[in-house]
Amino acid sequence: MTILQEMFSYHFMIRAVVIGGLVALCASLLGVTLVLKHYSMIGDGLSHVGFGALSVAMVMNAAPLAVAVPVVILAAFLLLRISENGKLKGDAAIGLISSSAIAIGVVVTSLSSGMNADVYSYMFGSILSMSESDVVLSVGLSVVVLLVFVLCYNTIFAVTFDERFAKANGTKTGWYNILLAILTAITIVVGMRIMGTMLISGLIIFPALSSMRVFQNFRSVMISSAVISVVCFFIGIVISYLLAVPTGASIVLTNLAVYLLSAAAGKVLGVD
Amino acid sequence: MLQVSVEHVSIAYERTTVLKDISFSVEEGDYICVLGENGSGKSTLLKGILGLVPLQEGTVSFHGETERTHVGYLPQQTQTQKDFPASVMEVVLSGCLNSKGKRPFYLRKERETALYNLKRLGIGELKKKSYRNLSGGQQQRVLLARALCATDKIIFLDEPISGLDPVATSEFYQLIEQLNKENHISVVMVSHDVGTALKSANKVLHITREGCFFGSKEEYLQSGLGAEFLHAWNGGETK
Repeated sequence: MTILQEMFSYHFMIRAVVIGGLVALCASLLGVTLVLKHYSMIGDGLSHVGFGALSVAMVMNAAPLAVAVPVVILAAFLLLRISENGKLKGDAAIGLISSSAIAIGVVVTSLSSGMNADVYSYMFGSILSMSESDVVLSVGLSVVVLLVFVLCYNTIFAVTFDERFAKANGTKTGWYNILLAILTAITIVVGMRIMGTMLISGLIIFPALSSMRVFQNFRSVMISSAVISVVCFFIGIVISYLLAVPTGASIVLTNLAVYLLSAAAGKVLGVD
Repeated sequence: MLQVSVEHVSIAYERTTVLKDISFSVEEGDYICVLGENGSGKSTLLKGILGLVPLQEGTVSFHGETERTHVGYLPQQTQTQKDFPASVMEVVLSGCLNSKGKRPFYLRKERETALYNLKRLGIGELKKKSYRNLSGGQQQRVLLARALCATDKIIFLDEPISGLDPVATSEFYQLIEQLNKENHISVVMVSHDVGTALKSANKVLHITREGCFFGSKEEYLQSGLGAEFLHAWNGGETK
């Protein structure tokens, strides 16, 4: 308890826990639909695009979020379109876009200031990089995500389970895909600075996978995914504080541990 | 009573025309079997009728009480679906999406519709089971129940028996025939199982690269196209 008290006596720590917890919540809800639609790698691709955009913004001395959010939303559109009907196969397209974006980011920073601590923190995350504007953005984002998932829950289920059936019965599936793409893009941009470019996709994929090993219906998967994500985030950030290891990595490892436990629990319960 | 009319429809896929000048109509109570070789565009035609792919030419119109957004569609299953963590009830309820409108939640009325359709297909006891743990035949029945929640007028089935074992196949055909004969639900079914499908159908739409044949089953069997196709089919059977 005293450790927790000590931890929360730092203002930046409270800020990181609030922002990170909310982002973890959003990422886990979006993650369930992304994983089920086989779009999990889009999260990975988008975070790399986010890295490129943040690096360019830093060199140009522009506000990082103002540059990164629109660029990543644009990339999300592009990736969705490509994976739906392009000549390039979805996974190859993501690989192409994400490595190019990283390359652009690295080249731009080396030409101007050289690889520095900021770039390192974008790669692997830092809880010190969060500002007041991130608090506002993450609260706003999570309110929107929660509203969307509560009000459109049944439509989201229908579109995720069978897009063709939903569309044939008059659901505007294209519109839903765009909405989810925008929310995913914002979640990634906000989350990647705590988690790091290389690790944010874990926040999207892990909770969904863990829940699916244990739960058999969509509603339980959604709820447990949100709970697992927030709990893992909290445990991860405490561990990172105690052991002085990078936050993103310790959160991902906590998620990995939970995934292994869920897989074992699923086997024991005979879910698989 | 006329339900759907398809007039001179052509559909192109990645700039190549796959379907050319298809015309046919569905009358209430029809059981139409859509035949054609692999790659002749049977599934694409269903998608075109339901507005899932754009038409290059021609028109599709729904008449009377049959609405474009109230149709029962049973698409070919994807791998994603087979492993989807959803309860049977959740899947079937999603068929009520179109009657739900802008309301965020389902009402008792829709839950009752879902349960009614599960029971009518003989799978009422599965409602709490997980979809991914069902057998192929049970999964198809669940998807059929979902389709029936969306409509009680017309269902479009896209190769519904592929991957089913013989017992499940004949049970599924019986269900469809029952829905058609007893509940007067029109059936439009794409199938490559010509022999069995023709038993229950009253009309045939045969698609070829040049165009299509549409007429009653008797007319089809007497036509050159029908005789040739059935001959090839039977030849495949005896090998």
